[in-house]
Amino acid sequence: MGRTSSILVVDDDADWLEICRDILAQLPSKAEIRTAGTGARAIAQLDSQPSRLLICDLKMPKVDGLQVLAIVRRRFPDLRTVVLTGLEGEEYRSRAYSLGVDMFWLKTEMQQNTKMFLDCVESLLGDDGAGGFRGIQSKSLMDIIQLECMSRNSTLLQIMRGPLVGKIWIRDGELIDAEVGNARGEAAFHRILHWKSGSFETRPAETERERTIFKSANALLLESAQALDESNNPQTEFIERGEHQKTVWRLSLLAAEGAEFVVTAPAEATGKIETIGTSSAETMSAWARRAVENSRRLGERLGAGPLSHVAGGGLQLRLLVLPREDKSVLVGWPADADDSHLLERAQKLVASWDS
Amino acid sequence: MGFLSKLFGSRPVIQQLPSGSITVSRNGDVLTTTVSSTYPRALLREIAREVLRQFYEARQAQLALEELSLHFGSLRITARQIQGGAVIFISPQSAQTSAATANIKTLIPSKN
Repeated sequence: MGRTSSILVVDDDADWLEICRDILAQLPSKAEIRTAGTGARAIAQLDSQPSRLLICDLKMPKVDGLQVLAIVRRRFPDLRTVVLTGLEGEEYRSRAYSLGVDMFWLKTEMQQNTKMFLDCVESLLGDDGAGGFRGIQSKSLMDIIQLECMSRNSTLLQIMRGPLVGKIWIRDGELIDAEVGNARGEAAFHRILHWKSGSFETRPAETERERTIFKSANALLLESAQALDESNNPQTEFIERGEHQKTVWRLSLLAAEGAEFVVTAPAEATGKIETIGTSSAETMSAWARRAVENSRRLGERLGAGPLSHVAGGGLQLRLLVLPREDKSVLVGWPADADDSHLLERAQKLVASWDS
Repeated sequence: MGFLSKLFGSRPVIQQLPSGSITVSRNGDVLTTTVSSTYPRALLREIAREVLRQFYEARQAQLALEELSLHFGSLRITARQIQGGAVIFISPQSAQTSAATANIKTLIPSKN
C-alpha cells in the first residue's frame, strides 16, 4: 500500500492508541495503522517510514502535540494532520489551526460520532493527488467561501465561534444551506458572516442536504459585505438617519449580541411596535406587555420590589423581557445560547437600540 | 396574649417575603409547599396562578416556554412547567444575591 495509505497515531496513552487502532481499522481504505507513544518517536517513525496522515494528541510529556505539529509542518509539508485531543478550549483549536492542521477533533466527539470521524479521515487519505494550502488563518470567512465556490467544490464548512457553531453547505460551488442555532438559510448565512473571528473546519459534503438558499453565492456575499461595512462604521447611521440605516444598525447589534430577535412592547397596546428578526412581532409584543404588567402587579401584591426582568426558556429559544417606562423590550436567543450573560447582553442591546 | 397586646399596643405588620417551593396543579391549586405555613396561602395561590397564566399566554404567542423566572428587586420567582402544572421556587434576594444575576438553569434542576 505504501505511503498513501498509512496513518500514524501519536498519543501517550497506550489504551487510547488501542482504541484508535480498533476504530481506524474500520476505514474502507484499510489503511495501515501505526502508533507512537511520544512525539519524538512519532517524528523518528516519520523519518524512517513516511505516512500519509498523522493523528496527534496535544497533551503529551516532553514534546507536546503542538511542538510535534510545528516540526512536521516544516519537515513533512505533504503530511496531512489531525489533532485528536481531550483538551477543550478555543485557544487549543485556534493554535492547532494556526499550525496548519487539517482537522481538530475532541476525543469525546470522535467517540460519539465515529462515523463522521472516519469519513473525515478517509477523505484526507483519499485526497492524495490534490494539492492545497493550509494555514489560511489570515483569510476572512468570505474569502474561504469564495474560494470554495469558485473551485466548484462540494463541502460542509463548520465554523466555530466560542460556543456557537455555524454550518454552511456548499454543493458544486453553490451555497445550498446554512444553519446556526435555530436559524437556517439566508438568515443563518448572514449571521455567520458577521462573525469576525473563530475557526473553521471543512467536513465531507452532505449531498442529500435540502436546499434552502437559492440566491447566488456572490449576491449573498455582497449583501453580507455591505451589512458588515455599515455595521463597522456605525457613525454614518447618526448622519444619515434613514430607516434603512437604522435596520442595518439594529441587525448588527443583534449579530453582535448573538440574539435572534428583538420586539418592543409599548406600554400602550396601541403604541408602535418595533421589531427585528421575527415575523411574529405583534403576538410576542402583546405577550411581553402582559407579562410585564402582570408581573408588576404580582410584585406589588407580594411587596417584592420593582420588576427587574422576566426570563424564559424552552426547547427552541431563551428570552428576556426588560421593562422600561415607555416600553418593554423582548430579546430572544437560540436555545443553545450561553445564558450566563444574557441579561448584560440584553441590557447592552436595549441601551443601543435607539442610538 | 391579650395582656401583651394591651401592654404594647398594636404595631404595623411588616410584610414577610415568601421563601421555598410550591408544586402547582394545572388548575392552579397548590399541591405541596415548603413555604412557611405563616405565609398567607392566598398569596401563594396568586403566585401559582400568575405563573400558570404566563406559561399559557406564552404558548398562545407561539413562545413555548418550559422555564420562566420573574426577577424583582427583593424576590425571584422561578418556575418550570411540568405536565400542565408547575414547580415554583421562590427566593428572597439580598443585596448580594440580586447583584449576581443567577442563571435559571442553576436554579432549576434539569429534567435530564
